[in-house]
Amino acid sequence: MAIDALMIHEGDNVATALRDIEAGEVVTVGLGTTGHEMKIHEDIAYGHKFATRDIATGALVLKYGETMGRATSPIGQGTYAHIHNIESLRGRGDLEKGDMPA
Amino acid sequence: MTFSGYRRPNGSAGTRNYVGILSTVVCANEVADEISRRVGGTSVFLHQQGCCQTPVDIRRVNDALTGLGQNPNLASVLLVSLGCESTAVDEVSREIAASGKRVEQIVIQDTGGAARSVAEGVLIAQDMVQEASMMERVECPLSDIVLGLKCGSSDTTSGLAPNPALGVASDRLIAAGGTSILGEVTEFIGAEHILATHARTETIGEEIIALVRRMEERAKSVGADIRGGQPTGGNIRGGLTTIEEKSLGAIAKGGTAPIEAVYEYGERPGVTGLVVMDSPGREPEILTGLAAAGCTVIAFTTGRGAPQGFPFVPVIKITGNSVTWDRLRDHMDLSVSAIMEGKEGVPDAGRRIFDEICAVASGKLTKAEISGYTKAMDIYTIGPVI
Repeated sequence: MAIDALMIHEGDNVATALRDIEAGEVVTVGLGTTGHEMKIHEDIAYGHKFATRDIATGALVLKYGETMGRATSPIGQGTYAHIHNIESLRGRGDLEKGDMPA
Repeated sequence: MTFSGYRRPNGSAGTRNYVGILSTVVCANEVADEISRRVGGTSVFLHQQGCCQTPVDIRRVNDALTGLGQNPNLASVLLVSLGCESTAVDEVSREIAASGKRVEQIVIQDTGGAARSVAEGVLIAQDMVQEASMMERVECPLSDIVLGLKCGSSDTTSGLAPNPALGVASDRLIAAGGTSILGEVTEFIGAEHILATHARTETIGEEIIALVRRMEERAKSVGADIRGGQPTGGNIRGGLTTIEEKSLGAIAKGGTAPIEAVYEYGERPGVTGLVVMDSPGREPEILTGLAAAGCTVIAFTTGRGAPQGFPFVPVIKITGNSVTWDRLRDHMDLSVSAIMEGKEGVPDAGRRIFDEICAVASGKLTKAEISGYTKAMDIYTIGPVI
């Protein structure tokens, strides 16, 4: 099975592109040795991520089955997920008053 | 399951059977290196420390040399000393000998210079190698393996393929009763709160967070903010979004086993299972720290291709980058790039890494051992050279 993107953990809501993907392509997202098809709506460069399901504003972004940040705006399935719509929850002086995910 | 190893007098098991030539101070490196060059079956450890340092750092050097000497991969140890250094050579010698192995010393200033010291050291080392050659591998349980976990020269593939796969291999070793040591505290930054949730107890979790804070404070004390500017511009261009994501990719090599304890740099674990050790990420210092802590095999994942191994501990190089695998064949031991092609799942790749760890523990040579790319090592110190 040839895959175009990789999901690391079944609980993840983002996948990493393993090649440059163009908007409009239907790609195979691999999870282990299984894969499923998904339509991609924006250009995604190699090594960059897209949402594998809709992520609402404020929802946690999950990779490795763990929290890698929080969505700052809605990220639709198949759209680009990066610094423009995800924020870190660490090393943030403005958040250090207990505003951490459980 | 078992591997074929060398049973040591203190009950530990080595994967190699070298005579260790350990320099006790930077000034003795030349002699130590020359003795090793002339005697097959020896393995030399060189470093830049041992004198004109703060007491805290000298204590570290003593402890690190003791730990290295006690490493089960060494049958016996020849300490090469200058004579006037700060390293407590007699104490180091006594403590290594307490583990039941033969320890000898050459003191350059007493012996009368480099030429005489090399000549005398060669004769001692020859005798030690002959003695060591009589030892045979015996069947040892996998629970005797202490595995070091390390990643270096990482790229996009590192966090996706080799690190998660190594995590699977580490979990398997721990399920068999073995021990894995996760260092590189700087790489926990941003994910320390997540790593803390992997701790066996809340106290251990707090120790992990304190360890990261201490590493940050060290950087801050010289005016640097290592959390600021992370991930780097290059990381962001490469697709990494947050510091959590970057750190999660690094700590994935620790697998899912609970963290049983937190140790100082080079400290020998008193428990089995997954443990965390204070150490920086740079190769010469962390590889030494892992070896001093008693690691008998080190699994090292790399993206772009880090070349070095360690003098007497086999270092298995694992890459998920097919280009690196093709280009750096003289450094790479295992490719898991099939994960990147959807041809292999992480669990299967992890099983292959685990099998390789067992094979190497039983004597299969790694590329770093074959090429001897192991000389530029060092001991992690904190204070200034004075």
